[in-house]
Amino acid sequence: MSTVNLVYFSWVRERIGKGEETLEVPADVVTVADLLAHLKTLGEEYETALEHQNVIRAAINQEHVEHGEPIAGAREIALFPPMTGG
Amino acid sequence: MGAPVTVRVQREDFDLSAEVSKLSSDRPDIGAVVTFSGLCRDEAGTLAALELEHYPGMAEAEIERICRLAVERFGLQAATAIHRYGRINPGENIVLVVTASPHRQAAFDGANFIMDFLKTSAPFWKKEHLTDGTTGSWVSAKDADDTARDRWKR
Repeated sequence: MSTVNLVYFSWVRERIGKGEETLEVPADVVTVADLLAHLKTLGEEYETALEHQNVIRAAINQEHVEHGEPIAGAREIALFPPMTGG
Repeated sequence: MGAPVTVRVQREDFDLSAEVSKLSSDRPDIGAVVTFSGLCRDEAGTLAALELEHYPGMAEAEIERICRLAVERFGLQAATAIHRYGRINPGENIVLVVTASPHRQAAFDGANFIMDFLKTSAPFWKKEHLTDGTTGSWVSAKDADDTARDRWKR
């Protein structure tokens, strides 16, 4: 098991029902994609929020990453929809 | 010393002329200043306000990274980018980009580049509040914004 600090934004935050949390994840959760798949097993709210897994964007330590990125050593992992600023 | 880059993410409004003055005062080497400001539209009277959420820390870092890319690529002499968050009413400012260069083309291109990347990679999200009193939906990202960004690929 390892500990991950997660932050959520926009409709990902709303659907999961919280803005941040710290979770223990199994050792076989290696990449962002693994993490998304794991989160979807945690309940209906996660399943709804992360249903369209390919549109979810991720950042590790406040930098954009692809879903194949390893999460080992991450201080903070953020999950959010495509951005709509400007 | 590199070109000065100023980035702010703030709740309060900004003053276009004050930001231009700050960037260009005592800089007789500057020959062109371009300002872009993005405002909240009323969507034909249906929109009461936008609520802008952001990722504190990453929002500033990402805009700064984009500005430095633009400085490098277009040889800008200075760049300022300010993005607001919180509740913003129609007619109010959302975002400001100011770029400076010796000749106009670099300043125009730099401002355009910064906005195209800011829209697709700065962590901000807009939620609509409607004039009928309901909370509308989160604004969807547009493919056109990705296309606009991708034209800068080389």
